[in-house]
Amino acid sequence: MQQRFSNPVLMKELKLRFRTLKSFSGLMFYLFLLFIFVGGFLSVFTQFTGTGFFRPNESFIMFAVISILQMALVMFITPGLTAGAISSEREKQTLNILLTTTQSSTQIIIGKLLSSIAFLILLLIAGLPLYSVVFLFGGVSPVQLTTIFLFYLLTIVAIGSIGIMFSTITKRTIVSMIATYGGMIFLGAVTAFLFFVGISFETFGGMPIPTSGGTPPSSPVTYFWAAINPGALMLTILYPESGTQLANMTGISFPVWITYLIFYFAITVVCLMIAIRKLRANMKHNR
Amino acid sequence: MIEIKGLTKKYGSFLALDHFELTVDEGVVCGFVGANGAGKSTIFSILATLLSPTAGDALINGQSVIRESAEVRKQIGYMPDFFGVYDQLKADEYLDFYGASYGIPAEKRKVLIPELLELVNLTDKRYEYVDLLSRGMKQRLCLARSLIHDPKVLILDEPASGLDPRARIEMRDILRHLKSMGKTILISSHILPELAEMCDEIVVIDSGKLIAHGHVESIQAQLQGDKRIKVKVLNRLADARAFFEEDPFISGLEILENKQEVAFTYKGTDEDQVELLRKALLSNIPIYSLTVEEKDLEDVFMAITKGVDY
Ligand SMILES: Nc1ncnc2c1ncn2[C@@H]1O[C@H](COP(=O)(O)OP(=O)(O)O)[C@@H](O)[C@H]1O
Ligand SMILES: [Mg+2]
Repeated sequence: MQQRFSNPVLMKELKLRFRTLKSFSGLMFYLFLLFIFVGGFLSVFTQFTGTGFFRPNESFIMFAVISILQMALVMFITPGLTAGAISSEREKQTLNILLTTTQSSTQIIIGKLLSSIAFLILLLIAGLPLYSVVFLFGGVSPVQLTTIFLFYLLTIVAIGSIGIMFSTITKRTIVSMIATYGGMIFLGAVTAFLFFVGISFETFGGMPIPTSGGTPPSSPVTYFWAAINPGALMLTILYPESGTQLANMTGISFPVWITYLIFYFAITVVCLMIAIRKLRANMKHNR
Repeated sequence: MIEIKGLTKKYGSFLALDHFELTVDEGVVCGFVGANGAGKSTIFSILATLLSPTAGDALINGQSVIRESAEVRKQIGYMPDFFGVYDQLKADEYLDFYGASYGIPAEKRKVLIPELLELVNLTDKRYEYVDLLSRGMKQRLCLARSLIHDPKVLILDEPASGLDPRARIEMRDILRHLKSMGKTILISSHILPELAEMCDEIVVIDSGKLIAHGHVESIQAQLQGDKRIKVKVLNRLADARAFFEEDPFISGLEILENKQEVAFTYKGTDEDQVELLRKALLSNIPIYSLTVEEKDLEDVFMAITKGVDY
């Protein structure tokens, strides 16, 4: 029964991932970027205040910026780690052999996903000590930090699943990379753009003008673009008032994090299901 | 053990396999011979559950490669014609990964891996990185990998291709050993004498069609169709000619005066041939030597595949 839970692909990929110098230098580079940033932030702020002191609300700003920066970094790295998962095996001609083993398609896909995510989790954990600086100065609750980490995880899993899906349905890694980065940029940037377009349409455009004091116009699409944007999500977690503001603007007061959770969970499920079905695409019957 | 029933595969409109029918019994080593593009890899991929046929089915140990592919995978060891290895992985880790992929428990894998490496003469390469091994070693390692779950059936697509003669002989000896272990083996090659040496049966395939199937010797006979017989006579060459000309199975008769020889193409069975000789002796034709020119398998192969470059 232990068999059922062991995942050979995961174990092998982890072994390989942590054996290569590339992973190590990748980790170092990631930490280097974060350190540069935090160091820069600290020096700029202490200069501004001129006192050499660091007040809790400034420490919170740093926390917010680190959190959003980490989200951006991790979103940027995830496609690179997952978009080659299956297609590179196809290119290296190892996929056929893997597919003749008794592992199910589900097992292979999940193994690939988890091994990439494991590395990203390592990055996030390695970045944790930076937060200790923030905690030292106070202003941030551990609950906030935990929430943020859970949403990192959800975002990584969803974008990772997009990468695995493209890697399975395209023949070439390069095509899969482009498609996955496209998906990531859509979620991270295009949604923000669409949100601002929507907002400006409502403010200046032909939308029915809200009579002051009445209920604001309901624009679910605009709300939706904001709700699935990772940056917007971070803001609503860090500054709950921004959530209220969004509700005022779009007339939808449904919590952003719930919409985000549902949407990213749905992306994950759909992408993984497609990947599992298409892994043995040349066979009609498979699981 | 293996039943291929009306197997047909189309790539778009291109017919790569055309109603292929074949039964191979348990413990038989069956060689697939055909030029490049004949459809060997296509059949093997279907049997290995990697490709769905357009029509037809194949049963391995009674289980359908289409409907019961998960079960079939337990029964077969497959070696593709082209394959890669993971870099950064050592030979024993390579086998360990595939062992785990077949659900073999870790303790059992520990025992199994040295045995398999021993079988394919790679014991001393156990801790080497697989991508640094020579081509012949990789082929042997891949063969060891295909054996890890002790499958009853081995499907080996050109296991000796691209190997130097020495590596080839090594591969052949390992295959002989596997045969003695009672495995049912399907093996493809375009190097015919090699296959003839180690196979019980030969399947000749061309343009996706089964051309011939049978024991190595009978295939030879079947494919030859007509054999060339040369009869040397002491004298009375003209009488000999007159005698042989009358036989209905004989055609293409020629007289080689300087060699005192009559040569002809003979289409009769072996029994007919015995009768022919008995009559010849009764007619006092002074035959002192008779040779049957057997075309070798390579010629036959070239003939049936119409000299396709292979
Ligand atoms: N994926 C494919 N798409 C289109 N044609 C293919 C594909 N795979 C094989 N073929 C064609 O099918 C024929 C049989 O190929 P194959 O089974 O590989 O032959 P063999 O292994 O005997 O050399 C060839 O003509 C080949 O070009
Ligand atoms: Mg081939």
